[in-house]
Amino acid sequence: MNVRTLDNRLLPAIVIAAIFVTLPIFFPSAYYFRIGALVFMSALAVVGLNLLMGFAGQVSLGHAGFLGIGAYSVAIGPVHFGLPSWLSLFGGAILSGTIAFLVGRPILRLKGHYLAVATLGFGILVAIVLTNEANWTGGPDGMSVPKLVLFSWQVRKSEVWYWIAGTTLIGGMVLALNLKESPTGRALQAIHDSEIAASVLGIDVTQKKLTIFVTSAVYASVAGSYLALFNGHVTPDSAGFLRSIELVTMVVLGGMGSIVGSLVGAAMLVVLPQVLTIFHEYEQALLGLILMVFMIFLRRGIVPSVAATFVGLRK
Amino acid sequence: MIILQTDRLSIAFGGLWAVDEVSVAIEAGQVFSIIGPNGSGKTTLFNLMSGIYTPDDGSIRLAGEIVTGLAPDQLARRGLSRTFQNPQVFSQMSTLENVMVGRHRHERTGFLADLLHWPSVARQNYVTRDAALAALAHVGLADFYDRPAGSLAYGALKRLEIARALASEPTVLLLDEPAAGCNPVETQEIDGVIRFLVKGGITIVLVEHDMRLVMNISDRIHVLASGRTLTEGTADEVRSNAAVVQTYLGDSQETLRALD
Repeated sequence: MNVRTLDNRLLPAIVIAAIFVTLPIFFPSAYYFRIGALVFMSALAVVGLNLLMGFAGQVSLGHAGFLGIGAYSVAIGPVHFGLPSWLSLFGGAILSGTIAFLVGRPILRLKGHYLAVATLGFGILVAIVLTNEANWTGGPDGMSVPKLVLFSWQVRKSEVWYWIAGTTLIGGMVLALNLKESPTGRALQAIHDSEIAASVLGIDVTQKKLTIFVTSAVYASVAGSYLALFNGHVTPDSAGFLRSIELVTMVVLGGMGSIVGSLVGAAMLVVLPQVLTIFHEYEQALLGLILMVFMIFLRRGIVPSVAATFVGLRK
Repeated sequence: MIILQTDRLSIAFGGLWAVDEVSVAIEAGQVFSIIGPNGSGKTTLFNLMSGIYTPDDGSIRLAGEIVTGLAPDQLARRGLSRTFQNPQVFSQMSTLENVMVGRHRHERTGFLADLLHWPSVARQNYVTRDAALAALAHVGLADFYDRPAGSLAYGALKRLEIARALASEPTVLLLDEPAAGCNPVETQEIDGVIRFLVKGGITIVLVEHDMRLVMNISDRIHVLASGRTLTEGTADEVRSNAAVVQTYLGDSQETLRALD
């Protein structure tokens, strides 16, 4: 009994991987590769944030801070220190993890709205530092990011980024799905539902929250590095408040705790604005309306709500 | 052997001593009940014993070691677990997964292994699941293993909490009103489950309002009134103690009948 859930653990990642490799057949132009790459990069950060929000039930309104640290790492590393981009990416991930560890210790003791405001403060702090340290970061105008060089070959084309980002995303999804079906994953879900009950069963609640906060910061950092390398330019906006809210919206829209939902949520918020440009000045208003309608009718997020409907139909 | 001991344990809230110099010495393998009227400090004493509150004064020993001020999870790893008056189940998880969480302190895989799904994690998952299924069977919930815990009936939630604690293989288990809100049939089931736990060598500390259950099952009964110890003894001794009958039982005819 229950063997099914243990063995089909990776099914969502396998399905996504199949779609990921076949989708380009239908792409009429490089523009589609570009959108695909942007979706995968955002989704990577959203998967990480979903580990924190969906699994452990802890909100972060400052996650773009880690996105920004990752983004500026691949700008500052090569420009100021002459480091290769890939090494700067790893350095950024380690830096983000370390900062998450230091910041997480005091603020993860807070709950609900208080935690939300504290993380919000952290995000703003990072954005301000990136804006003010103009000697290093180029200030409010940002700085350009040297192209990624792999094996003395410069990665420029959207097509290549599509494959790099997609592969990384699927790797990130596999890790998240692994975690879900593990002692750590169960402990996190327990913390989500009742911290006090988790603690009397021997779960070190603070330590577990900190672990997943650091993990989600690393996801965001890598995503931020990719976005910066792909766009060739970074500004403090990449760490800004709106970016953080966008990430949280992607998590909630796709479905809290749903790994596939993370991709769906990211895809919605990256693709929709592109499609809605045909409505010109009503673009933003329509986007808002669509978000409202989705949340009203699919209140648990797109993927969990749709999945529940299918299960209901089969019975 | 004394497994759990408090020495003049005290805590004050807003200048009022909720628990005032309470000393208990609980023998391993016994059922030790704490009774008293509402507001007499039973649950507060439980919260002190399980590390949820830190005492203002006094000390707690678990298996001879001083554990005063340790956090609940540290106590749990030393073998002390508890249930709650209002069931604290993980409502979004299945019944089985709830009990699997109870195995946490026995699980040995690290975070990196979990992330990479090392072969040890797969093995660990099977071991954990089997132990959890066994614990569920002991409280008669095996048939509900894949139900969302949030969908269970109240009496079943109470037993689920016990199964979850049982899965953690505690040496001491604190049960906070396990029969509260249960009908007579459910109370009978809880009675059976507690007897099963005792047979397995677990020391039970019980806070309970159902006097029939308490009198039936307890080896020793500690009576609290206004945060202080009134008396302690066997069921017979407590039953015949005039002070208990007067201060605690008061004029409740129903409770008096239960004592006879």
